[in-house]
Amino acid sequence: MSEEGIVKKFMYVNRKCPYGTIYALESLEVVLITAAFDQDVSLAFTDDGVYQLMKDQKTDGIGMKNFSSTYAALGDYEIKKIFIDKESLDERGLSISDLQELVWEDEDEDYAEKSSINLVSRAELSKIMSQQDVVMSF
Amino acid sequence: MKLGILINEGPYQHQASDTALQYVKAAIEKGHEIYRVFFYNDGVNNATRFASPPQDDRNISKEWSALAKTHDIDLVVCVAAAQRRGILDKGEAERNGKDSDNIEEGFRISGLGQLVEAGIQADRLITFGD
Repeated sequence: MSEEGIVKKFMYVNRKCPYGTIYALESLEVVLITAAFDQDVSLAFTDDGVYQLMKDQKTDGIGMKNFSSTYAALGDYEIKKIFIDKESLDERGLSISDLQELVWEDEDEDYAEKSSINLVSRAELSKIMSQQDVVMSF
Repeated sequence: MKLGILINEGPYQHQASDTALQYVKAAIEKGHEIYRVFFYNDGVNNATRFASPPQDDRNISKEWSALAKTHDIDLVVCVAAAQRRGILDKGEAERNGKDSDNIEEGFRISGLGQLVEAGIQADRLITFGD
């Protein structure tokens, strides 16, 4: 479903907690559609957005659908560039091991699983953002 | 320049939609082309024709509708976000067994692909809203 062969760099910047507002869920919906258009998609998680990738989310007590398993499917949509803001983790007393492992399968290497997650500093993230064609922030 | 506009906040509570209106008017005056205005998140609430603000206040949905008519602007509302929030055109109302539709003239309901397409085709995609 490519748009006359144009491929742009789309980055989705996720800044909010997974629950409490609908931004995380509706961001994920745009991300999946963008992948279907064969675009160059990357995701950034910064500020409270890092909570979106927390392991072992349980939502029974708040009556919300737990959509956190969807992130694990991103690799199947060829979304393999996930940038995590290290300072945001640090500020919240979190480390990368608190987050889900997200992988993609490299068909050139016999479908070896490779990590999609890149831990970056804010300065690095800023540089990556400046290289994008389209940035949407949720 | 060809501009895509994304509006992520509803009318009145936030200034985002007002600002976007002013921005679009100014861009057209400067000779830019508006490829599409896409309404997402609570932004879909801008599309209701049932909003009835006081007489001395602006009617944001009507302003969008009038602007779209004058300049032939494509106003697109995300179907999934709209259904969640009760913004329905005739077809969606019938499909969901509702007794009425409430979409303002000049808006159309479609999928998120229209937003991605705006990102691809426009020279810039500009977001209004938190």
